[in-house]
Amino acid sequence: MTYQLICGAEIHVELKTKSKMFCGCKNDPFHAAKPNIYTCPVCLGMPGALPVPNKQAIEDCILIGLALGCKIAKVSKFDRKHYFYPDLPKGYQISQYDEPFCFEGLVKTSFGPVRITRVHMEEDTAKMHHETVDGKKVSLIDFNRSSVPLVEIVTEPDIKSPEQAKEFLKKVRDIIRTLGVADCDMEKGGMRLEANISLSRDLSAQAGGNLPNYKVEVKNINSFRFFANALTTEFARHSEILDRGEVPVQETRGYRSDTSTTVSQRVKEDAADYRYFPDPDIPPIVISNAWLTKIKSRLPELPTSKIEYLIALGVVESTAKIIVANQVMMEYLDQVKTLDPKMVSQAAKDLVNKKVDYQKLSPEEYLKTKSVSKITDKSILRPIIEKILSDNPIAVADYKAGKQNAFGFFVGAVIKATSGQADPKTVHNILTASLSI
Amino acid sequence: MTNNQITNQDVQHLAKLVSLPLTDDRLNKLVDQITTTFEYINTLQAIDTDSTQETNQVTGLENIMREDVVEESRMLSQNQALQNAKHTHNGYFLVPAILE
Amino acid sequence: MLLDLSLQKLLAGYRDNSIDPVEVIREAYHNIENHSQELNTLITVRDQAETLAYLKTLNKTLPLYGLPYVLKDSYATTELRTTSASKILDDYLSLYDATVHRKLKDAGAILIAKGNQDAWGHGASTENSDYGMGKNPWDPTRVVGGSSGGPAAAVITRMCAFAIGEDTGGSIRNPAAWNNISGLRVTYGRVSRYGCISYASSMDTVGPFAKSVEDLALVLSVIAGVDKYDATTSPKPVDDYLASLATSPVKLRIGIAPEMFADRLDSEIATNTKDFADKLASLGHELVDISLPVAKMSLATYYILAPSETSSNLGRYDGIRYGGTRALFTQESMRRIMMGSYELSSGYYDAYYRKALKIRTLLLQTFQDAFSKCDVILLPENPVMPPLLGDLIGDPLANMLADLYNTPVSLVGSPSLVIPSGFHKNGLPIGVQLVGPKFSESLLLALGHQYQQNTAWHTRSPQL
Repeated sequence: MTYQLICGAEIHVELKTKSKMFCGCKNDPFHAAKPNIYTCPVCLGMPGALPVPNKQAIEDCILIGLALGCKIAKVSKFDRKHYFYPDLPKGYQISQYDEPFCFEGLVKTSFGPVRITRVHMEEDTAKMHHETVDGKKVSLIDFNRSSVPLVEIVTEPDIKSPEQAKEFLKKVRDIIRTLGVADCDMEKGGMRLEANISLSRDLSAQAGGNLPNYKVEVKNINSFRFFANALTTEFARHSEILDRGEVPVQETRGYRSDTSTTVSQRVKEDAADYRYFPDPDIPPIVISNAWLTKIKSRLPELPTSKIEYLIALGVVESTAKIIVANQVMMEYLDQVKTLDPKMVSQAAKDLVNKKVDYQKLSPEEYLKTKSVSKITDKSILRPIIEKILSDNPIAVADYKAGKQNAFGFFVGAVIKATSGQADPKTVHNILTASLSI
Repeated sequence: MTNNQITNQDVQHLAKLVSLPLTDDRLNKLVDQITTTFEYINTLQAIDTDSTQETNQVTGLENIMREDVVEESRMLSQNQALQNAKHTHNGYFLVPAILE
Repeated sequence: MLLDLSLQKLLAGYRDNSIDPVEVIREAYHNIENHSQELNTLITVRDQAETLAYLKTLNKTLPLYGLPYVLKDSYATTELRTTSASKILDDYLSLYDATVHRKLKDAGAILIAKGNQDAWGHGASTENSDYGMGKNPWDPTRVVGGSSGGPAAAVITRMCAFAIGEDTGGSIRNPAAWNNISGLRVTYGRVSRYGCISYASSMDTVGPFAKSVEDLALVLSVIAGVDKYDATTSPKPVDDYLASLATSPVKLRIGIAPEMFADRLDSEIATNTKDFADKLASLGHELVDISLPVAKMSLATYYILAPSETSSNLGRYDGIRYGGTRALFTQESMRRIMMGSYELSSGYYDAYYRKALKIRTLLLQTFQDAFSKCDVILLPENPVMPPLLGDLIGDPLANMLADLYNTPVSLVGSPSLVIPSGFHKNGLPIGVQLVGPKFSESLLLALGHQYQQNTAWHTRSPQL
């Protein structure tokens, strides 16, 4: 029995705003010298504290949505998502439920498009780790990260292979980095990945087709490579279960990088009862056309369009990708284009193949070395031209009889004989004179 | 619940969701009290609100946000943050291990 | 007693040195020592020496210089613990001050004690307290009212010059009437909630208790205004409330809704409210009939929204960062948390929470229609006189019904002034509610002040 992988991704991105999502605490949990030094009554969930949303974070979230091709809501709000866990100080997370800032987007990949269901804003939880203290197993909690702005990106189950997953994730990361709103450093927890995986018997189960009745959530994925591995290992695991005529258990599993497998964490009910309701402490956010235009003006040229632009100038795609990823090379090439657009493709090749030291040579200087100085000295050219004419008497006779294109033949022959160094104008003059005799 | 009775099981499930430890005595009392209250509340179902919009904010305010600046004046020192906690360790809040 | 004097008179006396603020504070402590323990009025009292030392540091020209006040124990204060009358927060010392407390301090007033209440705001009697049931100074076998029972009792027994309560479903208005003092539920968003332990976030209001409307106006002028730490506060400029008292309102249309005088209203209270209306008519105002068939549906709606929001707001009390275990919640509080969770749970959200939000829209329309026909709505405050201790807390339905005339106002966010309007034949005080359109505090205060200039109910205090 052959199966089709069906996967949706959930990506959490920590924004690099100066302050947290609902209070003025410093947003720098990874570099904090000690635990619990960037907290206040709000992000510690103290009695009587109230949230006020960070405008910059909201704009950054909308910017990400725009860059991922999303529609932007006209009216949006924050909702409370309730569950109990020591890393959640209020007993609820301020998130977005049914009116997210961004929805219905699309990211193209070479394997096909991946639709973006939504991009919304929420607050991060505190960080917990486990230790043994006085012989007892305990959890230690650090609230430096509590309430840091988090953007959640959810895709439709359009990812169909590990390769597509990698390409998609890299593309999203590159886009977000270009926007300058987040570092997406997975090692620092700046970008977190979750996969929702299932298999279908139906080979034509593309996005929008019939979905199977189960879903396995995989967490603890710390790199794009591990994401792809998780898909591979889950594909194998589900296939084996389905082959036996059973259905994989609907649950949450953790990825184990040491064994490249997943282990069961807890059984996932259909939907945990988060008891969502609109947060009464935060008035709605209305995104006017004027505000949206202002946010749109922050959209820089995104990597994809830059690559297409270079391809149009004659650069090969693989070369273009390398150039675009390198700010310095890209600027160098931009200058070459301004000076001589015909040289862009050559310059791109030379840059990538390290044939030009762009740190030392300016674009102007580079172009000078490429444009060889043409031979205009008649004393050099005349003998060459005379030899070509004497070597080709029939062509000369044709020309004199009225065949004009024989002339082009002679010019070509001279250029060839001089390895392209003869100055075409001088050649033209000498030939004209010689043939008119 | 609109037409059914609220059961002991319902109350136990909810108590778990909201982390309220219930003794049997409390549980039974709660079921009775909640049932009585809901009889009163359910009278609302008779009011037609099919074409009515919801109002979750009476203020009429919109777009109340803060600028992205670090505000030292409200930030607490580590000692202050931990001051009211019963269990701490090396600058962290401490709880018995959460079993996954 | 010095504390019988109005705030303006006290301040004038301080400034011309005819009254010594130390004497006033000593008098307050004297009353505390004599009555607080017996009546369970206060939870934590500030050390007298500390208070007097603090007085010395204050500038005499400050608008509320030297005046001692009681805060309901749901307000975060750095000087005294904040318990919300629950053992869960028995040893909790806030690291920050509520905005209302900071503003009062900046104005020169002095926190003297934290007042008893129904824990977490859950109640209309101050019986749901882990620090003793609050007793009514007019009759200590009866409830003091709630949930801000302590602060209200503190004002009438002269344990302070004024107090700050909190009104969600009537928690300022109810004890104001049952203690014979003036209390103001402000327009939702008029005063900052930052630092006030949330009960129902969409209906919680911060407001003053005082001996008179004149005193209320002074306190309100200090505490009202937008706060960057509370996103629900209104940026509307604050009126000059004291100035608005200077001109007596003329020919206001006072709306009276026959539906509100129907079942379950004590007949003496009904008569008293009608007498109040007649008095307003004699002062030149016009009584008009309006339609407000909202009592029952408001109560049911309130008992969806309030428990839902409180079940959410109390989620933070997990004992990890502060406070004790959730097992310490009282039966009454657990009941409200459970109800709220049920109402929000998947499958029931539409029937309950969403339904309640829609009814709120209907109520807003009804009030809007009513205010097109009148300037102020007159309502009874309590449907009954204060029950005997223990009667209300054991009966959830009776407990709910105590808020019959309060919840419609709470749901729409309108302001409501409660002032003394007379006495029951059993010797206990009665109060009425004057409700206005949003941000009409000036109008309500002016009308209330006019009534108090022509009557003397509000000058009476209990024999202790």
